[in-house]
Amino acid sequence: MPISVRLDKEKCKGCTRCVKQCPTEAIRVRFGLAKILEDRCIDCAQCVRVCPQHAKRAVADSLDDIKKFRHTIVLPAPSLYGQFNALDDVNIVLQALLDLGFDEVFEVAAAAELLSDLTLRELDESSFEKPVISSACPAVVRLISQRFPNLIPHISEHIAPVELAAKLARERARAATGLDDRDIGVFFISPCPAKVTEAHYPLGLKEPVIDGALSMAEVYKLLLPLMKRVKNPPKLRTAGFTGVGWASAGGEARPLRKYNVISCDGLENVIRLLDAIEDKFLPDVDYLELLACEPGCVGGCLTAVNPFAARARIMRLSGAADIKLKPLDIDDVYKVWRGERIRHTPTTILDEDFRKAIEKLKRIEDLNESLPGLDCGSCGSPGCHALAQDVVMGYAEETDCIFNARAQMEDGGDGQHYLPPPFRRR
Amino acid sequence: MEPFKLEFAIDGEDFHSAGEASSETKKALKKLGIPADTIRRVSICMYEGEMNMVLHANGGAVTVEVGEDAIAIALADSGPGIPDIGAALSEGFSTATNEIRELGFGAGMGLPNMKKYCDEMDIQTELGVGTTVTMKINL
Ligand SMILES: Nc1ncnc2c1ncn2[C@@H]1O[C@H](COP(=O)(O)OP(=O)(O)OP(=O)(O)O)[C@@H](O)[C@H]1O
Ligand code: SF4
Ligand code: SF4
Ligand SMILES: [Mg+2]
Repeated sequence: MPISVRLDKEKCKGCTRCVKQCPTEAIRVRFGLAKILEDRCIDCAQCVRVCPQHAKRAVADSLDDIKKFRHTIVLPAPSLYGQFNALDDVNIVLQALLDLGFDEVFEVAAAAELLSDLTLRELDESSFEKPVISSACPAVVRLISQRFPNLIPHISEHIAPVELAAKLARERARAATGLDDRDIGVFFISPCPAKVTEAHYPLGLKEPVIDGALSMAEVYKLLLPLMKRVKNPPKLRTAGFTGVGWASAGGEARPLRKYNVISCDGLENVIRLLDAIEDKFLPDVDYLELLACEPGCVGGCLTAVNPFAARARIMRLSGAADIKLKPLDIDDVYKVWRGERIRHTPTTILDEDFRKAIEKLKRIEDLNESLPGLDCGSCGSPGCHALAQDVVMGYAEETDCIFNARAQMEDGGDGQHYLPPPFRRR
Repeated sequence: MEPFKLEFAIDGEDFHSAGEASSETKKALKKLGIPADTIRRVSICMYEGEMNMVLHANGGAVTVEVGEDAIAIALADSGPGIPDIGAALSEGFSTATNEIRELGFGAGMGLPNMKKYCDEMDIQTELGVGTTVTMKINL
């Protein structure tokens, strides 16, 4: 699976900070560089946030790509509205997006609102296995597809708001312009690399519905001067506050609040919660809003401003009188369904052969016992246990552990001086 | 083939650490490619057993052995013992205090669920000496 997080080899010092922070243990330092194991990466961008050298970065598509199309539509994520100080009129942002070169704007928040309505109706009918897990955050969906196979059937059958927005916008444009699909370009303004990857490789969709995903931070810079020039913008806004609220954690849950809904943000928290849900330790939960970033999408690493400031602005926007605008027509509920099953892509199995897997696990545990247990990370693996597993799987050597290497050195003294000072013992 | 063995000490004082043994075990079982449903059954059996040791027996020791055909779980404690196993195994029977019930435990469903989700169960108990619950889940 391709990913949208990259390493800048010039900047990386191989410090192992990201290695230890990656929630899926997807990074190893080899030859001084922090390499990402792509099949384990879920694009959560934790490594981007913690790298002191700014060597890990999220990539997105280029605005130039819109020139390839005759008619272009821009889909702003609700989190975009939280980027601007003292914004009272969302229409200013929407007009500035048109001024940037797009022919049409379609708010993802409007699609989110439709999904809120539909989910509420479906929970009333209660026809599926509970709890239903939101499919809005692709980093979470990827995590589940790798690590929580039991929970895959719980993932909502709904496509994400941005995907619904793309479908509806394209359909409308097709009818209005008479153009072919390939002449219509649909571009998303994304808060995160997970949604950039999802735009091109959507899990559970037959084919992509979005032509490109742009970095919110990049677009933000271009919008600021344009917004200053917008005077008396037309009424472009079609989404009410229910949809805009999806930008921060709790926003998706809010319209469902008559049910037992849990909202959980931050990947570590999400993993802990999924563990409990998997074992059915949390009964009576109807719906789970799970977001990789804290506090929700306003904390995505492609956003421009402090996530908590952005959340406050979103709350201000969505806290004003609850003028819920008329939902878009949705005769064809089928458009909302994903269509394909999300498959389990196990990344943790040691061997297809059960007996061999057991032998490997025993060797891993034995080796782990012999390691110092300091999780120092200087071997380039996330911790001692991970190194033990890497050794048994053939990706590393026992002497990659500096303590093992020292023991091998033929040395008259006690060898303490071969160790970095933090690890020396009296 | 020698089974793969895991051992845990369960602290009777620490509520929050209960469940650690079952989640560690779950991690290992996932690495072995054991079917998701089997893992869930193991987790439930272990978690309920661990909780019982914390709530009723002041802690104990858990051993898990993954063999070729089955997973064997043993939970041993030196608690007060169970006076009437038949009663303890019936749904809804609980001696949990009100305090414990307020924490959301004490529905009297632990042992019945353990029995339901494992393939074989045995309880050895002696008043004032302790209790050992062993369970087997076939692969
Ligand atoms: N290890 C143990 N030592 C002593 N008594 C036990 C032990 N395990 C269970 N019991 C007794 O058996 C009773 C029933 O156990 P069971 O697990 O079914 O219910 P519970 O623990 O009371 O409630 P729940 O498990 O639903 O939270 C307990 O209330 C307790 O009196
Ligand atoms: S994006 Fe997340 S999962 Fe991928 S390597 Fe970075 S920290 Fe790990
Ligand atoms: S929480 Fe939102 S911004 Fe963060 S990864 Fe998930 S979808 Fe992207
Ligand atoms: Mg119990």
